[in-house]
Amino acid sequence: MPAAQPAPLTLVPPAADAAPRTIVDVRNLTLTYQTADHPVYALSDVSLSISKGDFISLIGPSGCGKTTLMRVVADLEQPTSGEVTVNGMTPEQARLKRAYGYVFQAPALYPWRTVERNVMLPLEIMGLPRAERQQRAREQLDLVGLSGFERKFPWQLSGGMQQRVSIARALAFNPDLLLMDEPFGALDEITRDHLNLQLTRLWLGTRKTCIFVTHSIAEAVFLSTRIVVMSPRPGRILDVIDCDRDLPRERTLDIRESPEFQRIAHRVREGLMEGHSYDD
Amino acid sequence: MTTKHTLPVAVMALAVLVLWYAGAIWLNAPMATDALNRAGHDWTTADLIRATLAMKRPILPTPDQVALDLYNSLTGYPVTSIRNLLYHTGVTAGAALAGFGMGVVLGVALAAGIVQARTLESSLLPWVIASQTVPILAIAPMIVVILGNLGFTGLLPKAIIAMYLCFFPITIGMVKGLRSADPLTLDLMRTYSAGSAQTFRLLRLPASLPYLFTSLKIAVAASVVGAIVAELPTGGQAGLGARLLSGSYYGQTVQIWSALVMAALLSVTLVAAVSLAERALVPGGQGGAR
Repeated sequence: MPAAQPAPLTLVPPAADAAPRTIVDVRNLTLTYQTADHPVYALSDVSLSISKGDFISLIGPSGCGKTTLMRVVADLEQPTSGEVTVNGMTPEQARLKRAYGYVFQAPALYPWRTVERNVMLPLEIMGLPRAERQQRAREQLDLVGLSGFERKFPWQLSGGMQQRVSIARALAFNPDLLLMDEPFGALDEITRDHLNLQLTRLWLGTRKTCIFVTHSIAEAVFLSTRIVVMSPRPGRILDVIDCDRDLPRERTLDIRESPEFQRIAHRVREGLMEGHSYDD
Repeated sequence: MTTKHTLPVAVMALAVLVLWYAGAIWLNAPMATDALNRAGHDWTTADLIRATLAMKRPILPTPDQVALDLYNSLTGYPVTSIRNLLYHTGVTAGAALAGFGMGVVLGVALAAGIVQARTLESSLLPWVIASQTVPILAIAPMIVVILGNLGFTGLLPKAIIAMYLCFFPITIGMVKGLRSADPLTLDLMRTYSAGSAQTFRLLRLPASLPYLFTSLKIAVAASVVGAIVAELPTGGQAGLGARLLSGSYYGQTVQIWSALVMAALLSVTLVAAVSLAERALVPGGQGGAR
């Protein structure tokens, strides 16, 4: 259990939201896939509440339902039972209102579009005028450090740059909620560190609510205000760890050497080991 | 073409020419021997070879005979003359392109229907496939007769036969292309709550273009074949098919080969035009690979 000592590190931003608004509320969510021989329990009785400005990481071994949980929030999967609200609406209403931006495991860029036109895609669907589309795309590309690459095609970029384009695309229509499904999973360690740093700055700068699926303990601890540890068969929540109390909001990579960081990482690891059955 | 490619291309062209000449000597030798024997003089092998390469109605004309015939036909008469091969090529190209255009519209429409409505796949696709098992040579005269009865003659029956040949590869390629968008990009469109028309226009259609262009190259070559086949039973006076037919009536093998060469040149030109359009419309020329 984390000690309740105050964080000794640098400036903690003042709590602007006295009563933080709930953005995503999940209650008793269960999702079962019917397969030919036996049902698969992807999610079992999952409850979770996410406040505005939170950075939530979902961590757990493969098959623990972390991606499924996020896909339910995004209305890409239908739950078997339970209730989910996003901004007080059903996931479908929220999706139709374009309440969230989704970043997939793969960049999923359109190869026939330039970088800039990829970022403009959601704006085009929303029917924004051309000049504004272009201006917003330029702003977002600047935010992820890709100014000057507007006219390149996706295959001319490295994997990390492609994923940054896909983050810019998700941010382009300025959604309050950002859903990210292992966006850096396929990247090498150095690139991943670099992007984690960029992402945490982006999050601090934009104050968006983020849900982030990951396999990496270090990544989860580094980025999150709260970490949700999940376990498979059936997919459920084992532990919810608050990092905000012990780690400052503004983080640099060397924070990973601090004892607070190590302690939280240790607790995440313990949770993962507890949930991991070695019988298969 | 870079210099790296010049040598292999030249070697290949040379090999084809050598084979062609060898074939001409071999195939024309019996007739040439007959003629020399009938003339009554003594003759040598050199005489025989010279004779096989300069026959009036050879079994297989030599490349230079065909080239000379082509040159005479193309330069000796105005383009509007029935004796100019370019005139015939124009007639065939017109029918082929009209049929190709109709085939593209039909093929793409069928593919869009099949992809957008699942029931069409099981109800329509078998007929599309069955249509291609009927030999075009069998169905072409019937189309000509039926359309002739309805008062349609000239370009339209030929275009329809060309269309009949070329819509199939377009439908098959386009169905595959329209389904080639990967599930992640489809999910992405869903997160933007894009309608199915938007998803079609912004994702499925552009994703299908590399597949479409592969099909278009096959289809445009097939449309030339269709137009030529259609010209045989129409008994038309114009078109490469008509040239082939009259050439075979009168044993004018050189004329037949000239028409064949023109047909091949027409196909190559049309396929090259499709490739140019592809380069302009599919950025990066990545093809279907991603």
